[in-house]
Amino acid sequence: MTRILKSILFATTVLAPAGFVATGASAQTATLTIESWRNDDLPIWQQKIIPAFEAKNPGIKVTFAPMAPTEYNSAVNAKLEAGTAGDLITCRPFDLSLAMFQKGQLASLNDLPGISNFSDVGKSAWSTDDGKTTFCVPMASVIHGFIYNKKAFTDVGVQIPKTEDEFFAVLEKFKKDGKYIPLAMGTKDQWESATMGYYNIGPNYWKGEDGRKALIAGKEKLTDAAWVEPYKTLAKWKPYLGDGFEAQTYPDSQNLFTLGRAAIYPAGSWEIAPFKAQADFEMGAFPPPVKKAGDTCYISDHNDIGIGLNAKGKNLEAAKKFLSWVASPEFADLYANAAPGFFSLNSTPVKMTDTLAQEFVSWRQNCKPTIRPSAAIVGRGQPNLDLEMWRVSANVINGTQTPEQAAAETQKGLDSWYKPAK
Amino acid sequence: MSDTEIADIETVPVKRPTRWHIAVFLAPAFLVYTAVMILPLIETLRLSFFNIVEGQLAFVGFSNFQTLFGDPRLSADFWNALRNNVIFFIIHMLVQNPVGIAIAAMLSLPGLRFAAFYRSAIFVPTLLSFVIVGFIWKLILSPIWGIAPSLMDLVGLKWAFAPWLGKAETALIAVSLISVWQYVGIPMMLIYAALLNIPDEVLEAAECDGITGWSQFWKIKLPLILPSIGIVSVLTFVGNFNAFDLIYTVQGALAGPNGSTDILGTLLYRTFFGFQNQMGDRSMGATIAAVMFLIILAGVALYLFVIQRRMRRYQF
Repeated sequence: MTRILKSILFATTVLAPAGFVATGASAQTATLTIESWRNDDLPIWQQKIIPAFEAKNPGIKVTFAPMAPTEYNSAVNAKLEAGTAGDLITCRPFDLSLAMFQKGQLASLNDLPGISNFSDVGKSAWSTDDGKTTFCVPMASVIHGFIYNKKAFTDVGVQIPKTEDEFFAVLEKFKKDGKYIPLAMGTKDQWESATMGYYNIGPNYWKGEDGRKALIAGKEKLTDAAWVEPYKTLAKWKPYLGDGFEAQTYPDSQNLFTLGRAAIYPAGSWEIAPFKAQADFEMGAFPPPVKKAGDTCYISDHNDIGIGLNAKGKNLEAAKKFLSWVASPEFADLYANAAPGFFSLNSTPVKMTDTLAQEFVSWRQNCKPTIRPSAAIVGRGQPNLDLEMWRVSANVINGTQTPEQAAAETQKGLDSWYKPAK
Repeated sequence: MSDTEIADIETVPVKRPTRWHIAVFLAPAFLVYTAVMILPLIETLRLSFFNIVEGQLAFVGFSNFQTLFGDPRLSADFWNALRNNVIFFIIHMLVQNPVGIAIAAMLSLPGLRFAAFYRSAIFVPTLLSFVIVGFIWKLILSPIWGIAPSLMDLVGLKWAFAPWLGKAETALIAVSLISVWQYVGIPMMLIYAALLNIPDEVLEAAECDGITGWSQFWKIKLPLILPSIGIVSVLTFVGNFNAFDLIYTVQGALAGPNGSTDILGTLLYRTFFGFQNQMGDRSMGATIAAVMFLIILAGVALYLFVIQRRMRRYQF
């Protein structure tokens, strides 16, 4: 008995590392860890993207280590400061990653082979304000809009709404019919109200980039009509949300829609892949409705995700190899099709097979794209404008704050630290 | 022969060996406790006097505290969190402890059947992880999938159901009651033990004097368990002002809606570690932690020096 035990102990302690050394000797293995907030994408990375890279680079092993989106920034910051972060850091756009670069946590990628595959617009979210240094490889942008249940639309007999009046008429019809919850959204997690609500429909009011830049320049204020009106429209959503929407979380909303209990889902294009995997009905998408027929439409086409190099990582060479692969058209093609809804920023056009993703991307032809207003420059200070907008958007939908109060509160917060350059 | 022995005893002074074993046995606990509790506490208090000035950590005196209480936004957040925390504590004191005492009193009644079962069943939630408790209650109370709406419908109370966790007016009360549900076992156990400690002679003497039932509880048992109630109150106070976990699992770090369930623990978390696009601020976080420490210290000191000294103890 003891002999068996001894031999087992021997095998596990002595032979196992020996085996490890043997494989290590045949090819020097570097293990790269990717820090990410995309836990919904774990299967895509594990089954499609990482195998494709490892097949070409036999010496490098890649682990995808995602965590909860809301905790990502603080966790990855703590890890970077403690020196325990992975070699590759998924980059939030604009001010957050810029702060990491300024602290020396992210390395400059100006001389990375393949970084020239991206236009300045593509790189803008991960470059210094003067545009000279890029510190993350752009991976994808996301587009906001509404995903709808095609079956529900034929059941109730409504068409895709083009204008806001039509939009509310459709919602009203669903409400009267009673079979479907008109809009699948809750306010408990707060960010949905801003990201899928305010940032989604807002660009039509503040005229996309014009309004965003005017806000940064100090020519417009959040209390101007263009910025208050979207709150007013959001407040009108309230009767069309499901019962108890105040306690409805983000996963609740996703499930309500994919189970076919809701008709319209205010969405970001990142939902496409998980929705496709779960819903067994046909889905379509439409851009945020304009105020009057014939108005120019604006969409939120937000540079959302990039990937950067931990300046203090252990496997810099291997990590750079991975990054230049991420910058290649091959990755762009793979990622855009594996994770439909994350639209490539690579200059080489990517052919997408997913029809829903094609629908989203087709809006770029007619509508003017813009990014989320709180992301760049005005999102740098305390209180954080993005978080403020989450809170007030949820309040406006809950009816605990008027649109004017909400706007005044965000402007007050912004005024407390932001002095636009004159 | 015998002479020399006696002489030996007389000449050698009584020598007590140094009691090394005390230090040896204390050392592990002392070292571990110092490393994981005392040093971080001191370090946190120290950090609250430092801030980053021009990229360098520098001593700034009380300016962090000045910002915390002077900055309109931060101080509003702080007072809001403190107020919520006080409400959180009051609900525990008004619900958890009386209910715990009542259950303990019932359990200690002689002749109660299945007493052991009730005792364990009521204590089990206390042993559960707060994550499990948080998720279970979130699901029970969910207006979409929860069983609360349908159960209330069965008894015709559907109209009384509301998405409690999502409404600013009710969220804090709902979360407090979840916490009460989880921790009611602790006062129950402590009071139960105290009740069992009351000697039978005292109770029998009371019965001879004709004091039974309710009046026996009020006049005999309650005064005898007052010290335990005091301890339970202090534990509740410390636990509540340190609370964080349950709110975080049920309402998230933003402690919504609109900050209505934000208590000092969640405010500290968001300030220290940052949240979503808000960057963590170590110094301000340490400042809030220091204030929390002072609040708890003040509360415990108040109990020790004012209340406990006046408490009468009975010797049996």
